[in-house]
Amino acid sequence: MATLWFQSKSMSRLLALVFAAFLGASAHAADTEFAMVIKSHQFVPAEIKVPANQRIKLNVHNQDSTPEEFESHSLKREKLIPGGAKALISIGPLKPGRYEFFGEFNQATAKGVVVVE
Amino acid sequence: MFGTGLIVFRETLEAALFVGIIAAATRGVLNRSSWLALGIGVGAVGSLLMAAAIEPISNWADGIGQELVTMGILSIALAMLAWHCIWVSAHAKEMVADAKRIGTAVASGNGTLWAVALAVAMTVLREGAETVLFVAGLVSGSQEATGTLVAGGCIGLVLGAVIGWLIYAGLGKVKPHRLFAVTNLLILMLAGKLASQLAKTLSQADWVTWLGDSAWDMSSLLPDQSLPAMLLHGVIGYEASPSQLQLVFYVVAILLIGLSARAMRLRLQQPVLLTPQPS
Repeated sequence: MATLWFQSKSMSRLLALVFAAFLGASAHAADTEFAMVIKSHQFVPAEIKVPANQRIKLNVHNQDSTPEEFESHSLKREKLIPGGAKALISIGPLKPGRYEFFGEFNQATAKGVVVVE
Repeated sequence: MFGTGLIVFRETLEAALFVGIIAAATRGVLNRSSWLALGIGVGAVGSLLMAAAIEPISNWADGIGQELVTMGILSIALAMLAWHCIWVSAHAKEMVADAKRIGTAVASGNGTLWAVALAVAMTVLREGAETVLFVAGLVSGSQEATGTLVAGGCIGLVLGAVIGWLIYAGLGKVKPHRLFAVTNLLILMLAGKLASQLAKTLSQADWVTWLGDSAWDMSSLLPDQSLPAMLLHGVIGYEASPSQLQLVFYVVAILLIGLSARAMRLRLQQPVLLTPQPS
């Protein structure tokens, strides 16, 4: 039986390399964390200044008893945060600018912005 | 009440458009309604279970449990839509012949009912779990009367479903022998949308850190929150500022599925006995 292309040794090595390269970026050192809380359906602080061109993590602690969804079109993130729970949201590297986010479940009050400079 | 309705509407709309397109694509297939109903039912029950388990899920895998579950849901739905597209393309000729002969869509049957039902279940699960959490949170935490909230939610649900039904009814106006081409194109774009969301989830989970910048930004022209944008998002996966990775996934998924469908059609094409028909 002919060897299938994905059974050949060099090909599997290449695949492993590609895969490692793909995942490699996630094995980075701890990113800078920025803490934020959700309280009474509001983000505190509502404005966070972060450095440009760096990967950072938003550490969001939902202190309300109800769930919230952290959502941002410009940051391209949507993450459910159950009541009382914490969530880490990786963002960046970002270009300088203003990136708005909101709590989808309480859009009237839960608004904030990441200012990248 | 308005806010509740809006959020439920948005989630329902996405699932309803999906179901509407799938229902149109399988129009006339034996047992189709039962399969789709099963898909919706499984998705709805799954939504309740997933909403109930959201805390342990969120804590899995160093906090990326939600993303892992989403990746699983999206991958399954994507694979099922791809399979459906390819199958339909491979059988297009017989199906069109049937459509011309008996005037309605499919008589040859559709070998992918289980697959599209599974895709429907995944979509309902994804949109449903979020809705359940939102409504449960509201009922437990809001000062508004529960009745008002539930009424708002129901209005949102019904409006979303109505739009899903409208796209289904609209596709019913397409001539039967063209229906496959039209619905298959729509399903191809739904697959592209799923691939784009998969890309977004991979970035969010920090698994892929490349191509995170926006491919473009149309948020001043057609903001994500507007109704046309929501409709376009539901049908073709529109986002005002998708990342470059999302764009790549979208295009690659459509090309791969489209080319595979074409290759299958060329390989499997069997001669079909066509009875002369007045057009």
